Amino acid sequence: MTPLATNSTSPRVNLKMRYIANTGADRRAMLAAIGLSSLEELFHDIPQEVKDRFQPLELTVRSEMEVAQVLKELSTLNSCQQSSISFLGGGVYDHYIPSVVSHITSRSEFYTAYTPYQPELSQGTLTTMFEFQTLICELTGMEVANASIYDGASALAEGVLMAKRIVGKGRVAAAQSLFPHYRRVLDTYCWAAGIEVIEIPYTNAGACDLTALPQDLSSLVVQIPNAFGVIEELKGVKERLADALLIVVTNPISLGILAPPGQFGADIVIGEGQPLGIPASFGGPFLGLFATRERYLRQMPGRLTAQTVDTEGKIGYTMAIQTREQHIRRERATSNICTNSQLCALAATVYLASLGADGLHELATLNLEKAHYLAQRITALPGYRLAFEAPFFNEFAVRVPTDPQAIRARLKEERILLDDPRFLSALGAPNTLRFAVTEKRTKDELDRLVELLEVI
Amino acid sequence: MNTIFDHKLAKGVGGLLPALDVPEQGIEKLIPSSLRRTHAPRIPNLSEPELVRHYTQLSKVNYGIDDGFYPLGSCTMKYNPKINEDLARLPGFANAHPLADEDLIQGSLKLLYEASRYLCGIAGLAEVTLQPAAGAHGELCGMFLVKRYFEERGEEKRKRILLPDSAHGTNPSSATTAGFSATEIPSGKDGMINLATLEEALDDTVAAIMLTVPNTLGIFEERVLEVTEMVHAAGGLCYFDGANLNAFLGRARPGDMGADIFHFNLHKTLSTPHGGGGPGSGPVAVAQSLVDFLPVPRIVKDENRYRLDWNSPHSIGCIHSFYGNFGVILKAYAYLLLLGDTGLREVSENAVLNANYLQESLKQTYPLPYERLCKHEFVLSGKGLGEGISALDIAKRLIDYGFHPPTIYFPLIVPEALMIEPTECEGKETLDSFIEAMERIAVEAKENPRLLHEAPQYAPVRRLDQTRAARQPILTYPFDER
Amino acid sequence: MTHPTQFRYTKEHEWVDLEGNHAKVGITEHAQGELGDIVFVELPTVGTAVKKGENLATVESIKAVGDVYAPMSGTVVEVNTQLESSPETINQDPHGAGWLVTLEVSDLSEADSFLDAPSYEQYLAEG
Repeated sequence: MTPLATNSTSPRVNLKMRYIANTGADRRAMLAAIGLSSLEELFHDIPQEVKDRFQPLELTVRSEMEVAQVLKELSTLNSCQQSSISFLGGGVYDHYIPSVVSHITSRSEFYTAYTPYQPELSQGTLTTMFEFQTLICELTGMEVANASIYDGASALAEGVLMAKRIVGKGRVAAAQSLFPHYRRVLDTYCWAAGIEVIEIPYTNAGACDLTALPQDLSSLVVQIPNAFGVIEELKGVKERLADALLIVVTNPISLGILAPPGQFGADIVIGEGQPLGIPASFGGPFLGLFATRERYLRQMPGRLTAQTVDTEGKIGYTMAIQTREQHIRRERATSNICTNSQLCALAATVYLASLGADGLHELATLNLEKAHYLAQRITALPGYRLAFEAPFFNEFAVRVPTDPQAIRARLKEERILLDDPRFLSALGAPNTLRFAVTEKRTKDELDRLVELLEVI
Repeated sequence: MNTIFDHKLAKGVGGLLPALDVPEQGIEKLIPSSLRRTHAPRIPNLSEPELVRHYTQLSKVNYGIDDGFYPLGSCTMKYNPKINEDLARLPGFANAHPLADEDLIQGSLKLLYEASRYLCGIAGLAEVTLQPAAGAHGELCGMFLVKRYFEERGEEKRKRILLPDSAHGTNPSSATTAGFSATEIPSGKDGMINLATLEEALDDTVAAIMLTVPNTLGIFEERVLEVTEMVHAAGGLCYFDGANLNAFLGRARPGDMGADIFHFNLHKTLSTPHGGGGPGSGPVAVAQSLVDFLPVPRIVKDENRYRLDWNSPHSIGCIHSFYGNFGVILKAYAYLLLLGDTGLREVSENAVLNANYLQESLKQTYPLPYERLCKHEFVLSGKGLGEGISALDIAKRLIDYGFHPPTIYFPLIVPEALMIEPTECEGKETLDSFIEAMERIAVEAKENPRLLHEAPQYAPVRRLDQTRAARQPILTYPFDER
Repeated sequence: MTHPTQFRYTKEHEWVDLEGNHAKVGITEHAQGELGDIVFVELPTVGTAVKKGENLATVESIKAVGDVYAPMSGTVVEVNTQLESSPETINQDPHGAGWLVTLEVSDLSEADSFLDAPSYEQYLAEG
């Protein structure tokens, strides 16, 4: 193995590592207490053959100052969004994150704690988990929500596995208009679980075509808004599913305005919680949202927190219904998930609390209005039209008159970033560009984009 | 504990978002009424000072590593260097969109590439995927790889995964989620795998063995080379659960022990914070024979440019929305740079020294069912300490002494188990005060057991009624009862 | 004797009260004590056919899941639906109101291997 970063050339004195408290004298005293004469003896149980094969990384020790420098330099190689105007979306959105969010998540009582197995020492984490569960139920219109899954895509996969457990049939119908990353992860999990994935095409209006819905499904997966930004009608869908479960993938910010999926009979609601105050961070860590009906509680994956009382009758919180989980039910657990995405759930909780119901509505309205302003201006240009005549939230797809890659490349020169149109053509929508517009985009930026399109 | 919902609901708070700067059209015009929400979600509108106080108060009834000793066995609760938190927030990293063009995200790609090289080096294996978002996710990814490997070889009859009875619960659960069946093999009297028992369990239906080295008793499987040779000879693969990597960091590599697949827990071994239950990161390293099956995209380097390679026809596909928990991997990468080879050796040296010192000191007072040199952790039993005293009682009493309790009731093969992992970060002074507390608790168990049964007294809440929480679970705020 | 003499027992800690070809089944005093506070019971639906040794019901405490295996083959003719809302009945009265299921059994000879109360308690004592 070759060293990758440049090695420090300065001679180093033999100082002990910064994160270790034992002194040499401590170590000697402890060895004596154990009855050993050298540290090496602590490892006599590792086969010599194994030790002989060992090769180090050839990595020198660096000071904190040097490491900070290495990472800062690496970060500047990301010329990405620093000075750019981003219309990137596709499931990850450039929302403003209130300052209070990172101040709370930076409290080390929260971020240096483990999973709250000892509730009496974890009331902070547990109370925020309970708040999070409540908030997700409020947004989605569902009855129970768990404490999170890794990300939206793995949450969807877990939802489909759960539906299979409940309904017992080995087929899932998935809308073609899912974000590709949801579909890819779903395909992997379903392959391993022996579940057949049937793709449901979309209509000219960009909505799921349910006219020829296959039989023997354990679930149908619909995404709203979908990969084209289209908000589909859910009314009447559940009624067509026989005993199959309706799984709805949602964007939590859109639920500031849109009717919650629970209102239309959704059995499981999934979402990517990234828009709720979590930075894009090159795709992770994110936050898988998972909510369902109370009657499916025992089949649900992931952790749950419940309200209870202590021996003096004081209200407190504790993890509950853990018998579903791997550490008790082992090979028959509802999921193997253990560590999930708690700190991101805390961020989402603080984010929603900092907005409040009014603020969330205001935020969603800003997204909606700005996206529609831009869409109307773009489609007023000759040759540009909406790919689908359907309601949308903060993301929309536009059929363009010339090569979309050329348009995108030209805009990139002006540091305006758009999603790669390959993602949409792979979904059967050629010559199409997608624009995501959040509250962060100003009118000037939107007008600038339109001006540039005008002359391309 | 108050929740935000205990605050008043109705009051608008402004000042966070700018005014609309485009001509307003109105929601009514833009979204048909059938698609619109009719009732606002019940989220209180708090002022920022109220909000900050609420969460600051909640933080004060939580216990993290920064608050004190956290000897939670199997969890490697080591100190999380502060610099790493700052680095993850560098705007160049935090704002990088996963779907941006590769030329705009070279820094992120380079970091992931280099991190993966280092992880391969630590594992002693050929290649690594960074996609798994946690240890159990890594296990699942590993099981998917095993499945694809045998599919490609036309050996679909290999449906069984062997695991010792001391295995983490995630192991059998990951195996069955991937469509395998789990076969438990009992540990020998010495706490290790019995080779004769293993031989009996091995046949041509076995896909893999899932091993934890050292095992969950904290004992290094001394016959690990024989075990992996036997499994390989029977045509199976060897999966190593990396939860206990801290025990031999910088001095031994799973690949050299016969591992074909090995998962890391960056949030344990490589110091990334656990966040109160995630996010973690569970990269999976594999031997050459499994490289073709790794998830896509793979991060590759051409000359001095880094890119995402989606062209891998035998791959299991994707298991994460994007490329894994970048923000976590970044902290582990920085930690590796900070420590270097010598720092990594110091980690295992001090972790194992601390554990053995505690074991030696505590075995006088508490039963030690498997007595031998331990690695980074060991398991005591709370059985027989006093009339009606359980491991839970001991754990709760430790809270009164200001310590986070160890892991209890795991591994399942030790009755009233107390699984203690001190990590390398603690000094002798802390360990001595923990020993003293444990000794005093043992005396209290005999002389005044009420102190244990009624513990904790000095925590933010007294012992919580878990039975009530399970019988009538209240899982969301009871708005209607307010 | 904590375990009623009129019942028969299995080594899996179930009791069986056989009357004609109807077998009432529950878990023993010993089993409920081992599990601790029972918080949830999953019962089969009436009409389910089971074979001896198959999973019949699941009894959960906070920290453990206990499987109840069919002590005899037959059809479920009655289940104790009260347990769904008050699972603690099993802790309070395991041999009475805490019964789980009644089976209409198909092979009475399967009862031959059961233990009587003294033998069951001796089995417990031998641990």
